[in-house]
Amino acid sequence: MFAYIVRRLLYAPLILIGVNLLTFALFFVVNTPDDMARMQLGAKRVTPEAIERWKVERGYDKPLLLNAGAQGLARVTDTIFFEKSLRMFAFDFGRADDGRDIATEIRTRMRPSLAVAVPTFVLGLFVTVSLALLLVFFRGTYLDFQGVVLCVAMMSISSLFYIIGGQWLVSKVWHLVPISGYGEGVDNARFLVLPVLIGVVAGIGGSARWYRTIFLEEAGKDYVRTARAKGLSELQALFRHVLKNGMIPILTGVVVVIPSLFMGSLLTESFFGIPGLGSYTIDAINAQDFPVVRAMVFIGSVFYIIGLIFTDLSYTLVDPRVKLQ
Amino acid sequence: MMGGQAVFLWTDLLLFGLVGCITLAGLAARRSEPMRAAWRRVGESTVGMVSITILALFLVVGLLDSVHYREYLAPGAGASPDAQRVLGTEVRSGLDAFAAPLRTRVEKTYSAPLSYRLFAKQTQEAADGSQQRDFPRLKFGGAHLQYPDEDHAGDVLGRIGLGLALAACAWGVFAGGLVQAVAWSRGVPLGAAWRAVWRGKGGLAWRAVLATLGVLCLILGPVLALATEYHVFGTDKVGQDVLFLTLKSIRTALVIGTLTTLVTLPLAVALGIMAGYLGGWVDDVIQYVYTVLNSIPGVLLIAAAVLMMQVVIDTHPHWFETSAERADARLLALCVILGMTSWTGLCRLLRGETLKLRELEYVQAARAFGVSTARILSRHILPNLMHLVLIALVMDFSGLVLAEAVLSYVGIGVDPNTVSFGTMINAARMELAREPMVWWSLIAAFIFMFVLVLAANLFADVVRDAFDPRA
Repeated sequence: MFAYIVRRLLYAPLILIGVNLLTFALFFVVNTPDDMARMQLGAKRVTPEAIERWKVERGYDKPLLLNAGAQGLARVTDTIFFEKSLRMFAFDFGRADDGRDIATEIRTRMRPSLAVAVPTFVLGLFVTVSLALLLVFFRGTYLDFQGVVLCVAMMSISSLFYIIGGQWLVSKVWHLVPISGYGEGVDNARFLVLPVLIGVVAGIGGSARWYRTIFLEEAGKDYVRTARAKGLSELQALFRHVLKNGMIPILTGVVVVIPSLFMGSLLTESFFGIPGLGSYTIDAINAQDFPVVRAMVFIGSVFYIIGLIFTDLSYTLVDPRVKLQ
Repeated sequence: MMGGQAVFLWTDLLLFGLVGCITLAGLAARRSEPMRAAWRRVGESTVGMVSITILALFLVVGLLDSVHYREYLAPGAGASPDAQRVLGTEVRSGLDAFAAPLRTRVEKTYSAPLSYRLFAKQTQEAADGSQQRDFPRLKFGGAHLQYPDEDHAGDVLGRIGLGLALAACAWGVFAGGLVQAVAWSRGVPLGAAWRAVWRGKGGLAWRAVLATLGVLCLILGPVLALATEYHVFGTDKVGQDVLFLTLKSIRTALVIGTLTTLVTLPLAVALGIMAGYLGGWVDDVIQYVYTVLNSIPGVLLIAAAVLMMQVVIDTHPHWFETSAERADARLLALCVILGMTSWTGLCRLLRGETLKLRELEYVQAARAFGVSTARILSRHILPNLMHLVLIALVMDFSGLVLAEAVLSYVGIGVDPNTVSFGTMINAARMELAREPMVWWSLIAAFIFMFVLVLAANLFADVVRDAFDPRA
């Protein structure tokens, strides 16, 4: 067990190096800094001097991998690869195109992202698991069939429509909450209700149907039949046995996304004007702010890898049958 | 008729290539009894046949929109008749030609569905020369009405009635043809075939097909009858017919949904089988590669790749002759990028399945007989994985169609000039804040997308149930 965790932890940096190399290749090898400068400055009226200045300002004027002109260690460190890619391992992301420090920005924007993502996640899990159990309780009946049809229909609606429709109905027609915005303190709740609600509703279709199949599989097993045979009511069997064992694949499946909650949701945050990491990413994509996109790719994979390790751990914690070696 | 020259866009070729491959695969599958049995299960399912009918309709529109050509420009006045004809820069498609009235009748700006007036007030000169602000008449929508205020409702109702009558006729022809075909294939008289279909005993679920066709006819008939004189879904900001835009979006959705999987498949199948069967360092390397790709959040990886591709396209404008070719290159690149980021799931699945298959007796026997690795893979492993590949192909489709809309909204989707559900929603979103609201483009995009994705989801479920031995 301990050896397994150590091995996983050692594997993590290896994956991060892969991510790092991939982003480096994407951002600096596919297109040279010259191409990017030309694009950022606009195709017209672009002089070699302007390109050179743009590159110097951002530190892109160095050689990619090996600085032949420098001495000693600087041959390796005074390069784009070291300055822009390797420094990310120390969570030093440099500056965005507007001159702000990316690391500070990420730290301040994490809170709003979490304020939306955590309630959505917890509430969503609770609602979908309850619905799935309900469908399993009524399995084989007309209600179950209709529920599954509803789930498939809900899955088929783009999340864009959930957000647009929700904003229109709740904010514009009913005037219940503001359309978008973000505040501080208790007052903030009125801004968060709608995004959380929409996030939960949008996730119901896919998850509830998936959990239903998991619970159904569990409910058909021998030990549940035994439980019924010894006189447990259907409800008792569901809650004591099916729910408990069905939660194993569900929990281990969702653990992987928990660390990624920091990343926020791109769509929700940009529609509701929440100053989190999601809207930060969208703004960076629209402004073609490459340093920010690079930093978010790196951070995102760090969180994902943490999630993977958590998943492995949760298997052993929740399911005593699993032994990791 | 001025004539034109066929244009083959990359996505067209690939799309038709894909249709050809599926046809060939279908013919090959006819010889295999398990495959035939599985497809028969799909055909016997009501849901399966309903979704197939709807998807087929979308496919027809999409394929019609994938036949591209460039028209010769009309010779200028006074040009000698044998002068070199010049190709227009605009690339048209079969759908453009078919729906030419919809494409060419462009109003000034927004107009509501079936309206005969513009949506915005404009200052115009009355007959007596005085200025007044009013909603002007549309140039095309309802232009045939002389007294629109009195005649409008009647005209619309009349056209709906006409459409319904046409629909009934069309459905009758369909039903007749279908029953005839059933009768012919079973060698029974027409009446018996009709009764069998009616009672749902026509072999496959033909009754479901007829019911679906009936509903579709009832909707399409009035729409077609109205579309000749009105804008059924209104017009957008620059006055384009929204119905036409939604029809054009279908092709983009189909291209993204199918070609992406086409990119995914070879990678996922080859790497998954190799990792699972060969094991050792090959397995380690492949696992490492897909863990790295997987650990980058999908949207971010796509965003990074699309931004970079945009730079490549922008810095090489001379690669593309027309703007349609550039937009097409971007669409194809998006498919490739989506494929590169989404093969990992299928790869892992195939790897696990190959690990299981490798230990089975018949594979071990083949190995003991000295059959080469390549032959074992192609004869014994690959055919036993095909059902997983097929399920993945149909399961991914709906997700990709939905993803396109989101990506286009974020600004990393298709070219802004390509008509797609994403670009339509994006444009329509801005208008929700207007008072009164412009809702029709959003509703049109919603209806078409919902029906397409719902049909695809239902079809995927049926296919999974029919092909997955564990289900």
